[in-house]
Amino acid sequence: MNLSWIDWTIMLLYFGFVLGIGAVLKRYMKTSTDFFLAGRSIPAWICGLAFLSANLGAQEVIGMGASGAKYGIATSHFYWIGAIPAMVFVGIFMLPFYYGSRARSVPEYLRMRFDEKTRGLNAISFAIMTVFSSGISMYAMAKLIQTLHFLDAPFARMGLPPSAIFHASILISAVIVLGYILLGGLTSAIYNEVLQFFLIVAGFFPLVYLGLKNVGGWSGLKAQLPSEYVHSWQGMTSPGTNLLGVEWFGLVMGLGFVLSFGYWCTDFLVIQRAMAANSMNAARRTPLIAAFPKMIFPFLVILPGIIAIGLPTQRSAAVMETGGTAVVAQPAGRGLIPVKVDEISGAPVYDQQGKPVLDYDLAIPEMLAHYFPAGLLGLGLTALLASFMSGMAGNVTAFNTVWTYDIYHAYINRKASDQHLLWMGRVTTVFGIAISIAAAYLAARFNNIMDFLQLVFAFVNAPLFATFLLGMFWKRTTGHAAFTGLLLGTGAAALHHGLTLPIGEAVGIKGGWIAVLHQYPSDMAQNFWTAIFAWTACFVITIAVSMFTAPRPDSDLKGLVYSLTARIRETGAWYERPAFLGAIVIALLIALNLIFK
Amino acid sequence: MGMDIRVPLGAMFTLLGLLLAAFGAFGDKSIYAQTLGIDVNLYWGLVLLVFGIFMLFLGLRSQARGEVPGESADGDQSRPGH
Repeated sequence: MNLSWIDWTIMLLYFGFVLGIGAVLKRYMKTSTDFFLAGRSIPAWICGLAFLSANLGAQEVIGMGASGAKYGIATSHFYWIGAIPAMVFVGIFMLPFYYGSRARSVPEYLRMRFDEKTRGLNAISFAIMTVFSSGISMYAMAKLIQTLHFLDAPFARMGLPPSAIFHASILISAVIVLGYILLGGLTSAIYNEVLQFFLIVAGFFPLVYLGLKNVGGWSGLKAQLPSEYVHSWQGMTSPGTNLLGVEWFGLVMGLGFVLSFGYWCTDFLVIQRAMAANSMNAARRTPLIAAFPKMIFPFLVILPGIIAIGLPTQRSAAVMETGGTAVVAQPAGRGLIPVKVDEISGAPVYDQQGKPVLDYDLAIPEMLAHYFPAGLLGLGLTALLASFMSGMAGNVTAFNTVWTYDIYHAYINRKASDQHLLWMGRVTTVFGIAISIAAAYLAARFNNIMDFLQLVFAFVNAPLFATFLLGMFWKRTTGHAAFTGLLLGTGAAALHHGLTLPIGEAVGIKGGWIAVLHQYPSDMAQNFWTAIFAWTACFVITIAVSMFTAPRPDSDLKGLVYSLTARIRETGAWYERPAFLGAIVIALLIALNLIFK
Repeated sequence: MGMDIRVPLGAMFTLLGLLLAAFGAFGDKSIYAQTLGIDVNLYWGLVLLVFGIFMLFLGLRSQARGEVPGESADGDQSRPGH
């Protein structure tokens, strides 16, 4: 992929604005609340777009395109069954407690509601997860830049070896993210997430338009592909008859309930955006405002993947050049998707049945190369880079807040002044990014370590929503119970994973490391069921332990639990009321599921 | 915070739009074979330009009125004081 001057200009223009925004915001960073919570002064629509974009990192854009190519329109379940209902729930039912309690972070809410140990458990596991996620994001971005080869020519001109591209990508992205967070804290991150949101729309809309026009619209695309690719609910009665390999119950309970509610309702990375809002009403509307564009996003990020697989098969020239080395005879891919190539040997990869494995992660990059001329190509790439970087920034801002308020201020230096905490936030930003860089290199050296870590993170996250649900809606829930439930829920996830295996996988990181008691038709089915087991274990154990431990007096729990908190009287215009917005979102959601069933 | 995000957002898209539209209007037309013959840079550049100017207008108007963005959820079709 060769870029021309206009593409570079667009990219530089974006980086200039990103750092410029940080520089302007610097003078407003006076207290730690300014830095970590944007002074609780951001209007709802900005928080909403940031809420959406903070999650729109590497996994989202490249991963959703890849899943679109692999599973078709059924990928939309991650939005239309997964994210959206959870976003409506957190806005209407949970934000009154997060925002109303004046907690500065999700772990801090846990301390107010339960006790110190529950907060500590959540804060420490969350801090570790965010720095590693940011590292993984950085690694994925450097890898993508390498694969796209658009830095090869400039590097050759400067006399630098191609291997320097990886290092330079990591370094530059780290410096830019570090720069704008150090300067403007959470406000900077949020403002840049808004830029990124519009860039993604600007960069991907023409891609979808050209792709759809080329294949003859949605009906043309339908004619090109088997019907399970273009019907999201087809064959969902049994795991054998749909591309996801999951039946509807596992999908709705595992993805729609446990995993999505666990993420959107408890993850401080996104909740932090709502906590930065300028009023209770704005905080509650944050996820609801985010839900509208979120509903449309499948058309921007999943559809290009489906188009890529639906086009006539061709050998693509743009991305597949392997940097001048001799290319082994390539089996044909499918549509625009090439066959996966082994990184070291350069040979095509085959699965156990001897069929070539497709490199679905290249769906979006191949689409960009196929449809975008100089100019729009720069815009599309900038959108991709922006999404990688704000994904990283989201993790870093969540990390520095949790570290400073929930670990440093809570356990290391209880007497710290606010100015000291602000200083600590800046120092932590530097450290967080340094650890992310280390994690990125760890990922490059040992791919398995990252798979292993992500697996552990999944175990830790799976039971979380049970704890929050009981904590917010059942005043009898005790701190000892929450802590025990979380630990044993994570244990249940690990146990379930160790006892089951997806069909066709080897024992090990994919499961079955204790014994193989049950085989799932796909690893997605295994993931969903692992989450269901973990959630159920946490839910039941938390209730049981609560019954045997002493509850806190009601007076301690005002504003933290549903039954002890005054109902919010909805004032303001009808279109500003969270319940009304939530109802519209749900109605649209049902319509979308029916249209694409 | 003392800056309305719509100002930098609008400025960036105005510049992006101008750049793309000019490149589409005056640059090499043969590159549009891969885009089904449509001069996407020109048309999309114009769309981004209009969006940029509109955002810039909203942002500058609220700054000129001396509204501190954030104190009221301005531009959000919501009224201050709720």
